[in-house]
Amino acid sequence: MPFVPPEIRLAGIAPEMALVVSAFVVLIAGTFARSRVNRVYLPALATIGFGASIYFAVSVWGENELQLSDMIALDGFATFCKISLAVFGLLTVWLGSDYLTRDGIEEPEFYGLVLLAVAGMMLMASAADLIVIFLALETFSIALYVLVGYRRRSIEGQESAMKYFLLGAFSSSFFLLGIALAYGAVGSTNLYGNSENPGLAQFLSESASEATGVLVLATGFLVVGLGFKIAAVPFHMWTPDAYQGAPSPITGFMAAGSKLAGFAALLRLFDASLFALRWEWRPLLIGIAVATMIAGSVLAVVQEDIKRMLAYSSIAHAGFVLTGVIATNDRGISGSLFYLATYGIAVLGGFAVVSILGGKDEHRVRLVDYKGAFYEHPALAGALTLFLLSLAGVPVTSGFVGKLVVFGAAIEAGYSWVVVIGMLTSAIAAFFYLRVLVVMYMQEPDESRPPIPVGRAASTVVALTAVATIILGLFWSPLIGAAEDATFFFVGG
Amino acid sequence: MSIDPSYYLALAGLMFAIGVVGTLTRRNAIVIFMFIELMLNAVNLIFVTFARMWGNVDGQVLVFFVLVVAAAEAVVGLAIILVIARRRETSNVDDISMLKW
Amino acid sequence: MTLGAYLPILFLVILSTAFAVLSIVAASKLSPRNWTAAKRTAYESGIVPEHDIERERFPVKFYLVAMLFIIFDIETVFLYPWAVAFEDLKLFGLIEMLAFIAILLAAYVYVWRRGGLEWAE
Repeated sequence: MPFVPPEIRLAGIAPEMALVVSAFVVLIAGTFARSRVNRVYLPALATIGFGASIYFAVSVWGENELQLSDMIALDGFATFCKISLAVFGLLTVWLGSDYLTRDGIEEPEFYGLVLLAVAGMMLMASAADLIVIFLALETFSIALYVLVGYRRRSIEGQESAMKYFLLGAFSSSFFLLGIALAYGAVGSTNLYGNSENPGLAQFLSESASEATGVLVLATGFLVVGLGFKIAAVPFHMWTPDAYQGAPSPITGFMAAGSKLAGFAALLRLFDASLFALRWEWRPLLIGIAVATMIAGSVLAVVQEDIKRMLAYSSIAHAGFVLTGVIATNDRGISGSLFYLATYGIAVLGGFAVVSILGGKDEHRVRLVDYKGAFYEHPALAGALTLFLLSLAGVPVTSGFVGKLVVFGAAIEAGYSWVVVIGMLTSAIAAFFYLRVLVVMYMQEPDESRPPIPVGRAASTVVALTAVATIILGLFWSPLIGAAEDATFFFVGG
Repeated sequence: MSIDPSYYLALAGLMFAIGVVGTLTRRNAIVIFMFIELMLNAVNLIFVTFARMWGNVDGQVLVFFVLVVAAAEAVVGLAIILVIARRRETSNVDDISMLKW
Repeated sequence: MTLGAYLPILFLVILSTAFAVLSIVAASKLSPRNWTAAKRTAYESGIVPEHDIERERFPVKFYLVAMLFIIFDIETVFLYPWAVAFEDLKLFGLIEMLAFIAILLAAYVYVWRRGGLEWAE
């Protein structure tokens, strides 16, 4: 059989390539200069990388095809996710540069690993083959294992890195088992497939229902692997530990980026590729969504550490987004995308404030440390108030619009009872967000503490995310419109 | 002589189950990681078996990728465990319990 | 689809889990434990070890070099299939492999510059 070289078109992975190239440039350039110089130009290099990545992603908006031997899907869905992820990465780098300077732990690896992690997350959004999803998942997970343990001298940092690593490796073995069983059932790992090459969607459209038992089992294992990445109950055990031990900019990055990447793969896999199997997987995901919303909201109430509290809140938010996934309609998909993009911005802003107020080595992250924060840092406390209100889903913030669209999609699909649970848990969640506000506004600071240095880049991040949270809460239609345009997945033809 | 592929699948299933049970019961981080590697290799065996059943090489190619990913994961994981062990002279996960679940 | 179709899968899950639990429990309960001095020493292909590895520590550089070895070593796994199919792949394969090696080279330059390969301080 003569070998025919596959057609190489790189438009689909150009954003990832820009990030990988700039990661290598950052890592190698970082070894040539002293940290005083690196402090300035490494974040600048990373910014250029993200800028190029966004440019490449925007330039293919509207295209719809499979590339690189049907391994990569180039569609609106992938493009929307990639642009959001690049923005998350950019905010993390800016916030991180001030954080590292303050704590005196500047290394070029921080920027290199953030760039590589975003590249992996982007690949997750455009993967059209199970093995590409696996490689993308491992690319960003391995980078995150290291970033979580970035504070090498901190005992908490080491511990959280180890727990995150062991549980992450455990769950990705289940994901891999799911891929193996799907391959056994279908004979291919492609998500779509066509008349010449087998694939999951094509297999399901042709085969009788008895033949899909193994594929259903595979689906269960795939849910385990992705459920871990989005921090859904019962695969959430790592979340509070990893969120607490990681440097705050990385915690925000995980909450925003890791969740978006996991949901991107989940949406493409379940709402597009395995759509025909929805009567099999939907009960499973509904159970997970309900458990996630309840456990996340209830456990957040008893937390005394602000980072752990936000970790449980991020678990609850995974449940809210899942209600959009189980709707399996266009509104559910666009609503999930909008929710994840706005949640990412709000949570990154929230962790930006936490990382600034935490002071050197993050020694002030308990709830009692926030006593009277409003009287010491009115601007920062005001911004944190805004982010928490957005996470709680209060009107005039972007979080309200996000909840409205995903819950609306679930009602449209006939799952009103899930939405009722979502509303009730939102009410519980509002309680612990308000608790922080009470501490900040109504209690007096214990004693006069030394002032906290506020870096220029970090305050820019807080300002940008705060403005975005308000604007998206008032004028949501452009972003919702973009998300609706992005709901077309690649579908054959 | 050919052996029924289902034997290979049964063996892989047992390997995977031993890996799961071992991961959940053992307390030493390095031993836990060895059980996770056992799970990954069980999946590799499944890939190779299915590749033979389907008569295509996709499954064998996937094994290469899994091997490389497992090695990368091993290096990062061992580095994390090493940093902890150097500081506290233990790799027992029960001793590492400052953070509560 | 009826739930009955999943019964064999359920049986398989129960059986394999039960087997795994049983063999681990049985091994820990039934196996005789008579430790001799020879059993406690590290196995070095039958040669009597010169150092007591339980108490003596390797320099940390040893682990670093071992990790770097693993990661670069396993990448060569991709070179073998390429070498086998070299005749068929022609120029296309060569260019792809050069791109792959260029990425490895970048990682190597990084490790070198960062001092990962220096044994002595």
